[in-house]
Amino acid sequence: MENRLSSRRGLKGMSDTNLLTLITVVVFILMYALAVITLGSGFLKPQNFLNILNENASLIILSCGMSLVMITGGIDISVGQVTSLVCMSAAVYLDMGAKPGNVPTSICIALAIGLAFGLVQGFLVAYLEIQPFIVSLAGLFFAKGLTTIVNATQFNVENKDFVALKNTRITIPFLGSYNKKGVFIPAYIEIGVVIAIVVVILLFVLLRWTRLGRNFYAVGGNNQSARLLGINVKRTKFFAHLLCSLLAAIGGYVYFMHVGSGSPSHADGAEMNAIASSIIGGTMLTGGVGNIIGTFFGVLSLSTIKNIVSSLGLDEAWWTNITVAFMLCLFLLIQSLVLRRKAGAKK
Amino acid sequence: MTSSKPLSKKPFVQKLIAITRMQLFIPVLALLILVLFNLIADPSFFIIKMGTNSAGHPVLSGYLITILDYGSELAILAIGMTLVTSASGGQDISVGAAIAIAGSVILKVLCGNESRPDHMKAPIIVAFLVACVVAMIFGAFNGALVAFFKIQPMVATLILFTAGRSIAAWINNNELPIISDESFSYFGTFIPGCPVPTPVFIAAACMLVIFLVLKFTNLGLYSQSVGINPSSSRLNGINPAVVKLITYIILGLCVAVVGLIKVSRISTINYSVVAKDIEMDAILAVALGGNSLGGGKFSMPASIMGAYIIQFLTTTLYKFDVNSSALPAYKAVVVIILVVLSAPVVREKFNRLTKKPASAVKEGA
Repeated sequence: MENRLSSRRGLKGMSDTNLLTLITVVVFILMYALAVITLGSGFLKPQNFLNILNENASLIILSCGMSLVMITGGIDISVGQVTSLVCMSAAVYLDMGAKPGNVPTSICIALAIGLAFGLVQGFLVAYLEIQPFIVSLAGLFFAKGLTTIVNATQFNVENKDFVALKNTRITIPFLGSYNKKGVFIPAYIEIGVVIAIVVVILLFVLLRWTRLGRNFYAVGGNNQSARLLGINVKRTKFFAHLLCSLLAAIGGYVYFMHVGSGSPSHADGAEMNAIASSIIGGTMLTGGVGNIIGTFFGVLSLSTIKNIVSSLGLDEAWWTNITVAFMLCLFLLIQSLVLRRKAGAKK
Repeated sequence: MTSSKPLSKKPFVQKLIAITRMQLFIPVLALLILVLFNLIADPSFFIIKMGTNSAGHPVLSGYLITILDYGSELAILAIGMTLVTSASGGQDISVGAAIAIAGSVILKVLCGNESRPDHMKAPIIVAFLVACVVAMIFGAFNGALVAFFKIQPMVATLILFTAGRSIAAWINNNELPIISDESFSYFGTFIPGCPVPTPVFIAAACMLVIFLVLKFTNLGLYSQSVGINPSSSRLNGINPAVVKLITYIILGLCVAVVGLIKVSRISTINYSVVAKDIEMDAILAVALGGNSLGGGKFSMPASIMGAYIIQFLTTTLYKFDVNSSALPAYKAVVVIILVVLSAPVVREKFNRLTKKPASAVKEGA
């Protein structure tokens, strides 16, 4: 738990959550600076930074949900396939019916899928006390199979309302750059980014200042003492899984708005990216430690390093994965050292 | 103990309850249900025919043979996964990626730098041993992260899970070498003259080895005690870190064996597809066997049985023309049912239900 802050100042008195978040933010800034230095000023253009957001809006939302579950000491590996299922279901509804569907209903379908997965998984994890890994593994399998049962091939959605929504760009007037002809091109973001940022802010508030949010930390930090404090541990875990699946559905729809198609191979391995982002962002799988801001920067760090690797010309497919794995390894070792420091301080 | 007295009057009921509490109960029940289902739906499932393969050798064919054949890979993995689960209280999710690496190493040693060599560059045994060493090194890497840096197994192995297939592609420079020598395919298919698929023998050998190891060494005892309570086993003179490391290295060895079978089946490799999702099946095998995924006590026969049940389920679904990509959904339903049935909370409730009639009998008497 991170309640020990503020009595002692400085790096040593810092709570684990704050220290790990700080490390992540510093690493992200260093990495971006490295990108600017090695790859030229292209990375300095506002649009370049915003593109990272545009491409990763859904991953940010997924990772936030993952962080919530990880803070309570659980894990949810079904989020990637839920994303895929949401894309496919919404796409089939919008285009394949007798008459074209409307967008609000497709959003409701997405949320209903998330709600269903969240209720079942949350119930199994919290009230039947089955390991979250196994439950969400079954969830992953189920969503994977269901996606291909809904529709087995990839297709682009041509629904007019949806395409209009997909192509909506929010321009930021004061940001932007001049092109070669000297014409000012304002930077833009997609709707998904707005949703992602709202989610980040809401969850930050939830975790910091609400009872439910504090309960997440308490349950993840120490199950037994949380129970003795009168916290309903089962309900807290249930809510964490419910929220995570709902966020997976929202992230799924954001992904859908980004790619505009349904395919069984969509968001393949997104759960691993979400877990990696959360860990890089300073969330610990042991529970009780984590921060949404850290997760946000975790996603950014992950995609920046991917960008650097592909810009360096190492675009054989394997380099990206190997670098991501290396980063994951590095951050895990840092976490392990932080835990040791904590254990050492106790003695 | 009050309930045991009236129960002793009904030894049959007591026996029945005792049976439901045995670890092998759930896997055996699952197997029985599957067998019954197939018997009712289509008894031809159990027919085993003697046929000839493309090379003209006599081979057995039939769904049961398929189950034995493909279940062998899973059973070998389940052996290692059970030990890892028991000692470290977590699972290795990188086995699929590690199989890709092991397979890639075997092909690299056998083919050298050519993609289609006329003859093998090294004896198969050398290639296999090199793959064993490489897989054990990767196992040790996972094990070191878990044992010495105290990272949760699932997260520690996530590293290799992410990088493994890329490393496998890197080893062979993303080429897909094909071995034309027929003797290489013996390990995954049939040895001429022997109608039973070779993987069955390999799996049997692995089971025999692990049986002897568990019988004559303290590996089983140590890994269980480390899984149940690392600090008290340390006080008893066991080094938990080393025990965990050893279980991961053993899993590495299992991975190398499966890697050999996998590449031998098709004499080549596809880095992104080979052994895909096998880690999930291997973990499920352990869970199906009724072993706690939180570590501690384990039953090796139950795990191995779990592996064959999963293959049984897969083959049954294939037989009923379930699309291979829709397969996971059905598997998930079965898994959820089994896991719910074996959940401690549910079992406790079930036990209470079975006890109630017994106490009612007492009051009545």
